[in-house]
Amino acid sequence: MRIDLNGQTIETQARTLADLLTEQGFESPCVATAVDGDFIARPLRSGTPLSDGVKVEVLSPMQGG
Amino acid sequence: MFYGVDLTSRLMLGTAQYPSPQVLLEAIEASGAEVITVSLRREGAAGGAFRDLLAKSRCRLLPNTAGCHTVREAVTTARMAREVFGTSWIKLEVIGHADTLQPDPFALVEAARVLCAEGFDVFPYTTEDLIVGEKLLEAGCKVLMPWGAPIGSGQGLRNLAGLRTMRAHFPDVPLVVDAGIGAPSQAAQAMELGFDAVLLNTAVAKAIDPVGMARAFGRAIQAGREGHQAGLMPERDMASASTPVFGLAELA
Repeated sequence: MRIDLNGQTIETQARTLADLLTEQGFESPCVATAVDGDFIARPLRSGTPLSDGVKVEVLSPMQGG
Repeated sequence: MFYGVDLTSRLMLGTAQYPSPQVLLEAIEASGAEVITVSLRREGAAGGAFRDLLAKSRCRLLPNTAGCHTVREAVTTARMAREVFGTSWIKLEVIGHADTLQPDPFALVEAARVLCAEGFDVFPYTTEDLIVGEKLLEAGCKVLMPWGAPIGSGQGLRNLAGLRTMRAHFPDVPLVVDAGIGAPSQAAQAMELGFDAVLLNTAVAKAIDPVGMARAFGRAIQAGREGHQAGLMPERDMASASTPVFGLAELA
């Protein structure tokens, strides 16, 4: 299916958010996730299914003011 | 003082826009800051290096919601930040205008209410408006962060009288001047007015020598604080000779 990951349209085999992180090579403990604008806590990732066209954000600690 | 945390240094330092991670680390050290602000972004090439730097710095982290324009964006960002950074502290920014970066006070209060109810320790980036300040306190905030001037502008304390009024109106609330500070003297001025701390970023990061500027700000903030505690003399319209007139020679 096609989803939107951090603003890019990608093709993925992943069925859940947890699978997507593994597939895309994110270091799971170092990122925070949101699906369609809602925060998805770490323990809920494996129970969060992905569907076609869903918008996923995977964010990391960065510099800020 | 800040949600039960007492700080030795009254400077909170931003971590963005430094010429290199090494300069950032040295600037944090030189400033004496015990609190640094951080953000959440889509990971770029330098993400791993920044995580290593955070681990080295020993500072308490204050994640921000920079760039958020709606309650929903800010609340989601705060929840994500709490998980990744492992702190309930959040610098809540809900931006109302892209040019001035001034806060949207209505959305700010609403977001603060949601986050305080979820147990966040909210540091709201606000204006010097007293009623907005009161609404933020009612929402559960225990710190207020009025702007000195628009973010990154370096204009200093643009509404001195307004900030003075705010200090007088909230005598027991920790107040942090956040944003718009361009020079150590401006930070000292905020501290002389009785503000509890100053949060700044660009003035240090964009200095020719960020490490030297970080040190200068640390000292200015300390000096301003000590000046406030020692009690400033009242201003006068007229001159008043400091050398005694008594004993003055007649030489005319």
